[in-house]
Amino acid sequence: MSDLLTPELLANIGKEDQPRTEIVTRRDLRKYAIATGQTLRRYLDGDEAPPLYHVALFWDVVVREELSPDGVSIDKLLPKFPLEKAMAGGLQIQYQGKIKAGDVLTATRTLTDIYEKQGRSGPLIFYEIVMQVKREDGSVAVTETTTRILR
Amino acid sequence: MTTPDKAQAGDLLPVRKHVCDEVQLFFYNAVLWNAHRIHYDLPYARDVEGYPGLVVAGPLMGDWLAQVVDEWIEGFAAELVAIEYSNRQAAYVGDELTAGGEVVTVEDGQIVVDLFVKNAAGEVITPGQATIRLGD
Repeated sequence: MSDLLTPELLANIGKEDQPRTEIVTRRDLRKYAIATGQTLRRYLDGDEAPPLYHVALFWDVVVREELSPDGVSIDKLLPKFPLEKAMAGGLQIQYQGKIKAGDVLTATRTLTDIYEKQGRSGPLIFYEIVMQVKREDGSVAVTETTTRILR
Repeated sequence: MTTPDKAQAGDLLPVRKHVCDEVQLFFYNAVLWNAHRIHYDLPYARDVEGYPGLVVAGPLMGDWLAQVVDEWIEGFAAELVAIEYSNRQAAYVGDELTAGGEVVTVEDGQIVVDLFVKNAAGEVITPGQATIRLGD
């Protein structure tokens, strides 16, 4: 039996964010391509999105009042965890086709798992968020699973 | 150097060097709308968080891994279908970093490659893996 993960906390598994819809613009694609140091012409020209572009497109646009003092936006999908120091996170992404300038994409994020493991220097809490990005016709473009560790 | 159509397990992908400077880090976090101070407020990063410098954004290094694959398969009938990575250790503005990869398996029309961002000490700070589907 987990010490840290109360039934109330675990009840958050399955919680879903409001879907967010964004337009992929050539200007934003060009900015992303330059910022990340892309070398391929179709990315620098803003024709097509580099594979990790959805990370930027769906990064939350928050107002300043919603930033913590260190400048981080608080993820409203997450409950208050008993451990708060974030450690390394990982991303798994699956693609079904390309994203192009002019695409209208909708992302839905779901908190899919919360679990505890015993680390070398104490307990760790893991949580997992799945973001599904769909096109206007409902087809899936990207499925991204983020795992984060708290200590 | 191997190409995707002739890839075999153990083949190395071309490496690319990256030195993230303040301008790149600013551009990247501006594109994200990421105001985390460790990326632009040096006194904060150093004195409050205890980092030796401005911290390179984790997903930027993840993007560099995707670029290793993208640049390798460019011009070939091949498509990136999946990628994963984790940010294990931090990197800082000015660090000499190297992104690269190695073919792990080639089977059923799919290539799996291990990916890495290494620091100047040769430590893998961002390991990853990608799956590439070969076309006709």
